[in-house]
Amino acid sequence: MFVLAGFDTHFLDLAWAGVLLWLLLGFSALLAQRSKNVLLRLIFPLGGGVALCMAAIGLASLAASPATLALPIGLPDLPFHLRLDALSAFFLLLLGSASFGVTVYATGYFRSMKPAPLALLGLWYHLFLAGMAMVMLADDAYAFMVAWEVMALSSYFLVTTDHDVPEIRRAGFLYLLIAHVGAVSLLLAFGVMQGGNGDFSFATMRQAEMTPYWASVTFLLALFGFGAKAGLVPLHVWLPEAHPAAPSPVSALMSGIMLKTAIYGLLRVTFDLLDVQLGWWGTLALALGLITALYGVIFAAVQSDMKRLLAWSSIENIGILVAAFGLTLIFYTDGKGALAALTLTAMLYHAINHAFFKSLLFVGTGSVLHATGERRMGKLGGLIRFMPWTAWLTLIGVLAIAGLPPLNGFISEWLLLQAFLLTPGLTQPYLNMVIPVAAAAVALAAALAAYVMVKFFGVIFLGQPRAQALEHAHEASWPERLGMLWLAAGCLLLGLFPVQMIATIAPVVRLLTGQALINAGNWLLIAPLAAERASYAPLLFLAVVLTVLLLSFIWVRRVYHGRVRRADPWDCGYPEQDARMQDSAEGFGQPIRHIFAAFMRVERETPDPFDRHPRYRGDSRDKLWLLLYQPIARLAGWLSDQAARLQHGRIQWYLMYSFATLVFLLVFVSR
Amino acid sequence: MSTGILLQIAQTLIAILLAPLLMGWVNQCRAWLQGRSAPPLTQPYRTLKKLFHKDAVIAHRASPLFRFAPYMIFSCMVLAAGLVPTVANDLPFSPAADVIALVGVFALARVFLALAAMDIGTAFGSLGARREMLVSFLAEPALLMVLFTASFISQSTELPVIVDTLAHREFAIYPSLAFAAVAFWMVSTAENARIPVDNPTTHLELTMIHEAMILEYSARHLALIEWAVALKLYVYSALGIALFVPWGIAPQGDLAALPLAILALLAKLAAGGAALSLLEAVFAKLRLFRAPEFLGTAFLLGVLGMLIHFLLEV
Repeated sequence: MFVLAGFDTHFLDLAWAGVLLWLLLGFSALLAQRSKNVLLRLIFPLGGGVALCMAAIGLASLAASPATLALPIGLPDLPFHLRLDALSAFFLLLLGSASFGVTVYATGYFRSMKPAPLALLGLWYHLFLAGMAMVMLADDAYAFMVAWEVMALSSYFLVTTDHDVPEIRRAGFLYLLIAHVGAVSLLLAFGVMQGGNGDFSFATMRQAEMTPYWASVTFLLALFGFGAKAGLVPLHVWLPEAHPAAPSPVSALMSGIMLKTAIYGLLRVTFDLLDVQLGWWGTLALALGLITALYGVIFAAVQSDMKRLLAWSSIENIGILVAAFGLTLIFYTDGKGALAALTLTAMLYHAINHAFFKSLLFVGTGSVLHATGERRMGKLGGLIRFMPWTAWLTLIGVLAIAGLPPLNGFISEWLLLQAFLLTPGLTQPYLNMVIPVAAAAVALAAALAAYVMVKFFGVIFLGQPRAQALEHAHEASWPERLGMLWLAAGCLLLGLFPVQMIATIAPVVRLLTGQALINAGNWLLIAPLAAERASYAPLLFLAVVLTVLLLSFIWVRRVYHGRVRRADPWDCGYPEQDARMQDSAEGFGQPIRHIFAAFMRVERETPDPFDRHPRYRGDSRDKLWLLLYQPIARLAGWLSDQAARLQHGRIQWYLMYSFATLVFLLVFVSR
Repeated sequence: MSTGILLQIAQTLIAILLAPLLMGWVNQCRAWLQGRSAPPLTQPYRTLKKLFHKDAVIAHRASPLFRFAPYMIFSCMVLAAGLVPTVANDLPFSPAADVIALVGVFALARVFLALAAMDIGTAFGSLGARREMLVSFLAEPALLMVLFTASFISQSTELPVIVDTLAHREFAIYPSLAFAAVAFWMVSTAENARIPVDNPTTHLELTMIHEAMILEYSARHLALIEWAVALKLYVYSALGIALFVPWGIAPQGDLAALPLAILALLAKLAAGGAALSLLEAVFAKLRLFRAPEFLGTAFLLGVLGMLIHFLLEV
């Protein structure tokens, strides 16, 4: 037992050493400003190695008992507390495994950067990773907030890597602003939780007993703070601006991993730190999550910039995660432990799935961007013939994110829908009615995601190239391919071995809900709760598809023939077919724009019919930006104008201010 | 177990072989209703044979995805045919995927077809893909709602359990299933490219959906896709039978009931095909932007069916 306990502490030591190594690598990147070789061949690969170690530490410590550590750094009498329990371990696994692929990719992707900016990028990149790992390890509010800020600031500098572009500076500012509004809210939440006793360690917060009123205040503050980081509607406006602005590997880290730190925080505060949970929190989170999911996917469908499309799709996935979180809370507070375990399993599964496929898609767009210098989908097309590796690997991500069997996106969607289907019997009758409707919303979001992904892949990789220059697009370099291969393999394996993965995350689920998901199937078959309720065996599924595929191929070749003649495309006999006749990105999204016109403000430029080089532009803007954010911005501007009246540069007036303040304070004190 | 596997293979083979016949029957009925002289029942088989013998003509810029997709679509439909109980219930392959996974198989085939349609880069290909995805993003959730209603009734998403529950409960009109049945008919017209959402015989550019996607295919690839389309119609019919008229499917291990089950299946398919062509004859094709309204109605009917189940039947 003692040996085991000592061993457990080792994992925490190792994790902490990993964070230190990342910090060290970050600062040594600054020293290597002159040599790109050192940066790309040594520092980034070492960072990737640390990431892989982090994943291993997370995996190994999932089933271990929690370990704690107090670091003698920070303010006097206020050391950093670290703790590694199953929840932290799971998110470390997510961070390490996804960021390994992204970092391997980055060693190839950044090869065309100049050494000096690359060194700076190396600093922020590793600080960012270290900050995220620290968020997951922190065991007091002080360490948590420091790590949270390191994460926010380093990612701000990563977003503004190309800071000479005004739009990117603007995106960075918006990101920084909303990140800090959220951070203030988190600070308040921790303030409420420490309850006036001045001890900010999570251990004390766990012990504290709260009235439902104050617990609700804490939950709402935390939901706001973490929602701002996750991009929950209506706090999502920064996300489609900031994520595409960053270099692609950084976008991958931000969308794939950083958004999950907010999910981690929500779980940590709600299930671990607070001692009471209320059912209506769950209903609120479920509603917000579903709105976010639908809003995100509708806007993803009308985007014409490939990285913005992915950013909106991240909003959709965060919505699904938060909806699952809400459903978990509903079940948990209703005393349905087994169902809460099922929903939480679905949520954690989706979190790691999203980390893999979204990172894969973002780095895929990075290779396209490198090869063509183009982000607008309307200028791409036909790349599957020039960049087969990138295209086929991206296709795996596309099928996974569209929730198609037998890949990983389907598993979490399947588990979540199962949870919705098992609802009957909740003590609150209105929930029995609401939840099937919520299931309908999830199904709708998932079906729209397929639309979005067909558009994404079809417009970029298929069809005719929409510009002459695309014929010379070059394939991704080997490190890029390896990074994508790792991420694609993750999507495939997570999809094919759900039973093993569910067993792996069982300790987390047990920690938070008190019980783990029961699998009534065997190693091949997942059957949550009972075998006659539902079951799914992805390996068998894949085996049958592949067998039939092979048999039909051989049969056609044997019995008939395999002769092929190449010719011009038929297309109903239209003689002249050029690339402009295909759907543009705007064209493919047009039906969605037509149906959901109420949510967006559309600006269109349509060409003259006789124009020889027609240009078409359709811009669909988020109405929330106009209805919510612009009034707030105007209000803030007006208030600062009023405040500015106090300052007009005359010394006598300033002396008057001091005098008035003094008198006021004297009156106040003497009373 | 081994008889189970044999039965499974037999049921799947019956589906593969019978599917073109069902197509032929629907075409024949429609021709009669339209007052034309009908093609023979075996016409789809002859078409398939002709197509398999031809040389494939493929556009110069087609990628491997284009040639791979027909095999993939065909395999998905065979898998789906293996999942839905038609003759015997509770076969060994059925635990591998439940109704949600069945919807997933359809979606997988559809995404491959849409991607293949965009591969050549013609105006009609991408038009078809866009419209297909538009129709499906409403049809797929509506189908899920129909299946959820059945799942709530039987407390399971496993098709054998659903069939067993629905076949062995008290015979009465269940309002939730009535709503679900209407929604299911609406969804299956959309998913199988039938009137009123799409017209399988049209090549008029303004109205094509499914046909626009497969314009560039020829010979064996086209044959595989046509066969997959026939299989899809068969699987949808079988699904409708399993959900709404499940009586007659042989329970597990009951070999004596098999001959009767096959006869019942044939009768139900013949009736279903005739009903489908009758409905096609009395409806007009909808304008494209009417299709989302039509399917939105199906979606709402599905949700209503589910709610009615909670209100009236629990």
